Amino acid sequence: MSRLIAARRFRAMLLKESLQILRDPSTFLIAFVLPLIMLFLFGYAISLDPARTRIGLALQDSSAPALGLAQAYENSRWFNVTGPRDVATLKRELMAGDIRGIVVIPQDFSRRLQTPEGAVVQVITDGAMPNAAGFVSAYAEGVRASWAAREQLAGRAAPPLELVPRYWFNPELASHFFLIPGSIAIVMTMIGTLLTALVVAREWERGTMEAIMATPLRMPEFLATKVIPYFLLGLGSMTLCTLLAVFLFGVPFRGSALALLAIASAFLVPALGQGLLISAVTKNQFVASQVALITAFLPAMMLSGFLFEISSMPPVIRALTYIVPARYLIPSLQSVFLVGDLWGMFWRSITVLLGFGVLFFTLALRATHRRVA
Amino acid sequence: MLERLQAIIVKELWAILRDPRARIILVLPPLVQLFVFGFATTLEVKNFDVAVYDRDGGHWSQEFIQRLGGSPNVRRVITVSSSQAARKAIDERSVIAVVMFDQQFSANLSAHRPAIIQAVLDGRRSNSAQIVAGYLAVIADQMGAEIAAQRRPAAPGGSRSAVTNWFNPNLDYLWFAMPALIVVISMVSGLAVTAQSVARERELGTFDQLMVSPLRVHEILIGKMLPPLLIGLLNATVYVLIIAKLFGVPLTGSVPFFYLALIFYLLALIGVGMLVSAVSQTQQQAFLGAFLVMVPAILLSGYATPVDNMPAWLQIVAEGDPSKHFLIVSEGVFLKAMPATEILLNTWPLAVIAAVTLTASSVLFRSRME
Repeated sequence: MSRLIAARRFRAMLLKESLQILRDPSTFLIAFVLPLIMLFLFGYAISLDPARTRIGLALQDSSAPALGLAQAYENSRWFNVTGPRDVATLKRELMAGDIRGIVVIPQDFSRRLQTPEGAVVQVITDGAMPNAAGFVSAYAEGVRASWAAREQLAGRAAPPLELVPRYWFNPELASHFFLIPGSIAIVMTMIGTLLTALVVAREWERGTMEAIMATPLRMPEFLATKVIPYFLLGLGSMTLCTLLAVFLFGVPFRGSALALLAIASAFLVPALGQGLLISAVTKNQFVASQVALITAFLPAMMLSGFLFEISSMPPVIRALTYIVPARYLIPSLQSVFLVGDLWGMFWRSITVLLGFGVLFFTLALRATHRRVA
Repeated sequence: MLERLQAIIVKELWAILRDPRARIILVLPPLVQLFVFGFATTLEVKNFDVAVYDRDGGHWSQEFIQRLGGSPNVRRVITVSSSQAARKAIDERSVIAVVMFDQQFSANLSAHRPAIIQAVLDGRRSNSAQIVAGYLAVIADQMGAEIAAQRRPAAPGGSRSAVTNWFNPNLDYLWFAMPALIVVISMVSGLAVTAQSVARERELGTFDQLMVSPLRVHEILIGKMLPPLLIGLLNATVYVLIIAKLFGVPLTGSVPFFYLALIFYLLALIGVGMLVSAVSQTQQQAFLGAFLVMVPAILLSGYATPVDNMPAWLQIVAEGDPSKHFLIVSEGVFLKAMPATEILLNTWPLAVIAAVTLTASSVLFRSRME
């Protein structure tokens, strides 16, 4: 009998919490509008693919080989060439960021081609943007090399050794194929940690938390009624993102829906636990929102391997990434989209994520007890 | 009027700094972020593992493997002995690439036939994979050039490229990331503080009290603007000092003009924050609203990927993003010795954004009064 009452009580509270969430327009904003914007930006704005880069060309030699090389730069699909202009003008444009590099074909280019030292094409890049600079120097050299090969200037035969790269899972080399699945992890972090921390902190701030705690509802039940609606909201938002990823952005989905659901659910456990923990410790909306931003959102963005390669980070930062739950989610999430069901990898992620979840929930439960006492 | 202004400024500063945890939150995490994210945000690819599937086992494949192991970017070279093992190593992400030699590799090279090295790369990380493929190709090219030179010595002439990287000769990513983080972190804290300030009073009901006080709307606004401006200036000063002195990033441009642009950047952020605050009813909405603005603004700023790579219509949208303009100034003043005219060219859009958003929010507040 009492168990029956407890179950009804639980259901009633769950309903109350769910209604509260659904009535709040800002929930809708964060769970459905922001994910749309994020997906859209990762689909269109953020691209790690080499795109056409604007460079300037200073052509100081008017011989046939120099003109031919200049033509090769202009025809390259990697560059958008302004010029030919004088170096001084181009330097100003490089400073202003209007162009990302300058190629100088010097005066005595064709004469020097015949000398033993050879001719030098000068490439100046905008080092203030190291990534673009590396791109410009590599591709500028590429254009020159293929031009030289066509001209057969040195009379060289084909290179004796050639490396042929093949890219598995993503032969088109589209960066949004891995950025969009990755951004689903960011979206779930927002709902799981940020939103939960904020909403529960408000209850603490207003004192409605204590009011509910005074009811016969037991603590774990009470926490469950708080997190279950957000858990479902997180899964709902994840589903929306997945559908958009596949049908709007054409990201392949080679794994199974079951695997995706399992991984996403496992990730929401530590995310929600962290949100609850933050709210229970801070009990203040402003502080909770900032702590959630700094300890959950930004690490998920910067330290999870989503945008930046973890192995390239210095050892201390690399060690820090091990306590970011999103780090364990991103590889599995990208794999379920691009590779298929790699259950060996998935189980490992799920185990670690649930481990984090247990830790966060235990801490949250303890923090809540202490606060009331 | 000055007395009233003074009173409201003191009140607003007190409101933010009263809570010891809020005090810590405003200063400490931005510093930690600078250190952690400064080192983390690199698009370089270093320290990666590569697998080798050598079905040749001859002199030349060993030569390549040795060169690969000697590359400073490669951490470990793992040997696999079947194509299944190669597949698994990629699937499980234990390596980013597998280099494969066929059985004829050394024989082909010795017989002066063209030899091919196959590299399979993890397309889940297509950007990093391309960079790794670039490293591998350089090793192959060098080895190929040496072999060619041995076969036919003294084949002089031809052309080559000489690369100079201006502003950042070694392409140190930290030099780019640090000045950019000033922009990003100022935005995160500036927007959050401003958006919360009005919404908090509204939620507590004290905003109406403020409205019925002798204070004029613009005085209330100035009172609300000053604390985030001061906090932003303080934090940015600390960052500039740390970045220049501790990390040794060259500070080549004019510091006074940097501060001029910084003030307008902060005003633009405050304006946006005020606008968010004016349309939200609760703190929660204000925070989420600020977040809704912040994430796209950071992504469009050019910090993660250059603005020039975005589609044209999105580049127009990015013009309305204050962080896009200030990022140019920050990078320019640190690395490029940017002249004053160039700084001013990027400052006036900030002034426009600040004027528009601050006017709009004061109109919204005023309409609320009636």
